[in-house]
Amino acid sequence: MRLNVRKTYKLYINGEFPRTESGRFYAVKGKGGELLANACRGSRKDLRNAVQAARKAFSGWSGKTAFNRGQILYRLAEVCESRAAELVDELRRQGSTAADARREVAALTDRWVYYAGWSDKYPQVFGSVNPVAGPYYNFTVPEPTGVVGVVAPEEPSLLGLVSRIAPAIVGGNVVVAITSESRPLAAITLGEIFETSDVPAGVVNLISGLKTELVPWLAAHMDVNAIDTTGVADVAIAAVQKTAAENVKRVVHFNAGKIGWDDATRSQSPYAIFDFQEMKTVWHPIGM
Amino acid sequence: MTSKLETRDRLTPGAASSALTEWHYSPSLEATDHVKIQPRYNLFIGGKFVEPHSKRWFETINPATEETLSEMAEADAEDVDRAVKEARRAYEKVWRKLPASERAKYIFRIARLIQEKSRGLAVAETMNGGKPIKESRDVDIPLAAAHFFYYAGWADKLEYAFPNRNVSPVGVAGQIIPWNFPLLMAAWKLAPALAAGNTVVLKPAETTSITSLMLAEIIQEADLPPGVVNIVTGAGATGAALVNHPDVDKIAFTGSTDVGKRIQRSLAGTKKKLTLELGGKAPNIVFEDAPIDQAVEGIINGIYFNQGHVCCAGSRLFLQESILEPVVRKLRERIGTLRVGNPLDKNTDVGAINSRAQLEKIQELVDSGTEEGAEIFQSSCSVPDRGFWFRPTFFTGVAASSRIAQEEIFGPVLSVLTFRTPEEAIEKANNTPYGLSAGVWTEKGSRILKMAQKLRAGVIWANTYNKFDPASPFGGYKESGFGREGGLHGLAPYVVLS
Repeated sequence: MRLNVRKTYKLYINGEFPRTESGRFYAVKGKGGELLANACRGSRKDLRNAVQAARKAFSGWSGKTAFNRGQILYRLAEVCESRAAELVDELRRQGSTAADARREVAALTDRWVYYAGWSDKYPQVFGSVNPVAGPYYNFTVPEPTGVVGVVAPEEPSLLGLVSRIAPAIVGGNVVVAITSESRPLAAITLGEIFETSDVPAGVVNLISGLKTELVPWLAAHMDVNAIDTTGVADVAIAAVQKTAAENVKRVVHFNAGKIGWDDATRSQSPYAIFDFQEMKTVWHPIGM
Repeated sequence: MTSKLETRDRLTPGAASSALTEWHYSPSLEATDHVKIQPRYNLFIGGKFVEPHSKRWFETINPATEETLSEMAEADAEDVDRAVKEARRAYEKVWRKLPASERAKYIFRIARLIQEKSRGLAVAETMNGGKPIKESRDVDIPLAAAHFFYYAGWADKLEYAFPNRNVSPVGVAGQIIPWNFPLLMAAWKLAPALAAGNTVVLKPAETTSITSLMLAEIIQEADLPPGVVNIVTGAGATGAALVNHPDVDKIAFTGSTDVGKRIQRSLAGTKKKLTLELGGKAPNIVFEDAPIDQAVEGIINGIYFNQGHVCCAGSRLFLQESILEPVVRKLRERIGTLRVGNPLDKNTDVGAINSRAQLEKIQELVDSGTEEGAEIFQSSCSVPDRGFWFRPTFFTGVAASSRIAQEEIFGPVLSVLTFRTPEEAIEKANNTPYGLSAGVWTEKGSRILKMAQKLRAGVIWANTYNKFDPASPFGGYKESGFGREGGLHGLAPYVVLS
């Protein structure tokens, strides 16, 4: 009988897997209350480091060609597919039934494929050439908002996270995500998938911990341009919206509600990409 | 008020080199006798002009003469409530049920009536706001009409704007507009809201409400169903009552970043949709290969247009080091030729500052510039004795961290800075919490496109500046706000997609 090697669940910041600088942890329990792991209880400093890493990665990621970003998202689908068994296993340990876990992993893998395909199309759907009344060439293009803070829903912990990260990064944004507090394990494993799928360091950063601590810090950070409150508890949303005003953050919320996260017709759409885009209009005179 | 600046510095090299300052122009005054400004304006609620519940009216003046033009009703929370109720009733009973093509025809009517009455509107706009008649005549009023005309056409075509979605209106929109382009801002707000099937309560700025009420007369004449557009005048308290009214579904605000943040905060926890068009501190970047004379005109237009009361004004000029000297020399000459004075004179380039409060704010920031060690240059032109005036001004030797390089002045004051490489220009230009607009001047096409890509701002003017069009989306990045006005994108804030 061989003793198994347990995994240490850490944060994912700037393409690396540091422990929280605070040295704190919290116990992640399974359905029956058994200890699954000691996850990092991320700190304010961890969040700041993550935002800094994200900001540093923004220029490179948003400057990549749309084709290239599409390929990288597709690569994420490939790696999720090949590591599906591991993700399913982790979701099951966290309390999902086998069937639910398999469905969740299949849906999130397909979600990467869906958004990968949008990378070089949404600018044509949302951009325009504008017929102004004068001798000017005038066009509008979507550009990424910048650093996006994502608060992942508690459940589905992995599909919810992917569904909110994918539309942000396919559009050239960089992300600092707070993972599901009760079920962070598969999300942290997703960090390994980012790390091995040509996603540049800093483009996605994952912080586990207590949302009551982390969310207000994320909402208050002056270098975060938008915040996705999908995973914020209803009672806390007003406070997040209020704090977000400090630097005029865009606040985005997706309510999966009755639709369900694996309903592909509504829980994924180019309008989710549009939510994290700014429209830039350029004028130039026309003349000889 | 401007005592510090009264010193005639005709002997300074800049002023002396400008022989053109000696040119004389005979006055060419716009007639005002055909314009009917009422002695008193009431609120426009439910299609009627009604006295305010507050029974209070406040004076509105001509900032060029300080003479009272009229008095405006001060709407209190009860008046706002009455207006919202009328808007709600009109939304549920009339406007949302109307075939979209009929909605369109009402909006076309408004556009046409503005065109018919454009001269009177231009004169009133100039008298109440202080902007030169040639601007209100050639820019504000024609663009206001064009906005209604543009969005009228969208009303029955919304399904083409949002692929694969059902489009419905949001409901009752509360709209708050600034004093720098009074009628034009009313048009920017009303036209897309009405086209998308919403009803509106509009609050104009307290110093410049007259043309909004003239628009109310036009709306009446157009037979727009009562309650579809309601106009409540007043100051900040009126705006706050509108923002906080529980039956308003959407707020659209144009104004300062400070107030915008306050509004965003007060909407926290509500279901109201929000769009904000806030302040700016736009970089206007001139490369050494730029067509210098055109660039100088662009710089002048960028900062002195509408007395610099423009959120997208090119208030930070970045000159490539090699052209600092010649461009500054040309700027000195050029501001000497700007005609400052009676806004009703068709020759006037720079009119009156909108209010005493704004003049004081400009003066305070200009004083800070001098105190922080920048070198000031001002036109030596004479200005009238009465009214609010500020001579076109620019600073050189401006430190990037100084207040005049960081804060929005909202007046005819330019800060001149320098750069060596394109990378440095981008870095410095983006180093502000704002991101509304930017200008780039260069003959090199690839550089224009690269700069346009790298500047974090919602509107980029390349080899031009301060151009506006109803088909062209306008709005900011970062703390300059969110949402767009103009173009297809300007519809998005006023629809719900399902």
